[in-house]
Amino acid sequence: MAVVVLDYGSGNLRSAQRALERAGATVEVTADPEAVMAADGLVVPGVGAFAACMSGLTAVNAPNLIGRRLAGGLPVLGICVGMQVLFDAGVEHGVETPGLGEWPGTVERLQAEVLPHMGWNTVTPPEDSLMFEGVRDEYFYFVHSYGVLDWTLPVSERMSAPRVTWTDYGTPFVSAVENGPLWATQFHPEKSGDAGARVLRNWLATLG
Amino acid sequence: MDLGSAAAVSLAVRVIPCLDVDGGRVVKGVNFTGLRDAGDPVELAHRYDEEGADELVFLDITASSGERETTYDMVRRTADQVFIPLTVGGGVRSVGDFDRLLRAGADKVSLSTAAVMGPELIDEAALQFGSQCVVLSVDTRRGPGTASGFEVTTHGGREGTGRDTLAWVREAVDRGVGEILLNSMDADGTRDGFDLELIRAVRGCVDVPIIASGGAGRAEHAVPAVEAGADAVLAASIFHFGDVTIAEVKDALAAAGLPVRPPAARAPR
Repeated sequence: MAVVVLDYGSGNLRSAQRALERAGATVEVTADPEAVMAADGLVVPGVGAFAACMSGLTAVNAPNLIGRRLAGGLPVLGICVGMQVLFDAGVEHGVETPGLGEWPGTVERLQAEVLPHMGWNTVTPPEDSLMFEGVRDEYFYFVHSYGVLDWTLPVSERMSAPRVTWTDYGTPFVSAVENGPLWATQFHPEKSGDAGARVLRNWLATLG
Repeated sequence: MDLGSAAAVSLAVRVIPCLDVDGGRVVKGVNFTGLRDAGDPVELAHRYDEEGADELVFLDITASSGERETTYDMVRRTADQVFIPLTVGGGVRSVGDFDRLLRAGADKVSLSTAAVMGPELIDEAALQFGSQCVVLSVDTRRGPGTASGFEVTTHGGREGTGRDTLAWVREAVDRGVGEILLNSMDADGTRDGFDLELIRAVRGCVDVPIIASGGAGRAEHAVPAVEAGADAVLAASIFHFGDVTIAEVKDALAAAGLPVRPPAARAPR
């Protein structure tokens, strides 16, 4: 499986690359449009601020590339802020930034006494989850202050319902989504030990 | 004010071993049995991962800046093989140092003396990399002359600054720090337990996670530290010498009703 980890700024991309390699993928860290389009799977990482990630993505034309991949049914996996930018918008410090709008919903500040939500927490996936197949009662590593508190995509008879996974921290928030070729995790599978490796293998298994 | 803390109870208390490294080698005797090389950070990181460590902290005490490359190489080799969060601190003086550590595979970088000397380093790092990877390491001791009675020290606790610890952590959080590694120089090395008074005081003035450090001697010491407001507990020598294991600390926390991530059941490497 050839995977591209999208390189659109600084941060720790090495762990994502190595964790995917350990899970069996061949990995290239790049923003080259041809490589992004040709990959079996595209990982969109992201740390820091929503707005900064959006400008980084825009600078490498990623919104269009991601849209083209999804239109062609090619898998994309968003991680952490790379998941958040898939929603309609993010609100940080009172400023709303448009996201990629693949999913309805707004990324907002979590409601908890201590933020960031930093450390290992559990997840509650739906029973038919492919992402968490073989994973039971495991912990995953989170580090974020913002999240999606309401899942608003209406279910229709004409499309299969997205599988939405939740985690509690102060209030429930969306910790993972499986929606056709588009998957995303609020936690960091690449830093979540063996449980995270299983999630990555489950994703690689969908790349066909 | 107790905003749904019952719902937050699934976030595990983190148990974190700290390794001192010099020139890319772990120093200050690690005394595990069965290690091929007790100074190899990668082997030790593996070992701690297997024992259930929730995160690793490397404190770089390399004196010569010319040897910094060995640190980056060590971080690279560790991050290539151990898939839990990795915090690296010690000698980080610039956004450039910060960037090199993140690119080598660190998830968080801790700032200490350089942030006291030039606090704008916090703003720059938080702006460029995000608060989630900026850790403030505070070495603090009791002393006269500060409003709270806690004074910030630098250079590994050797030099006082006259700065009030509580005022400093508040300022640092305002500038963008996402976590505080709170090291009590008074408790450090005593093995009498964490500095609960200090933890309570800092918890009372900031809302970012706090890693309690200094004073751990027994597994049970973790419990009052968490009850005082710590989100994570860190220790070095008790883990390295095998006096207390990560699992024992987690058992003590679990026995007190606190959530922990159980060590993964896995086949030997």
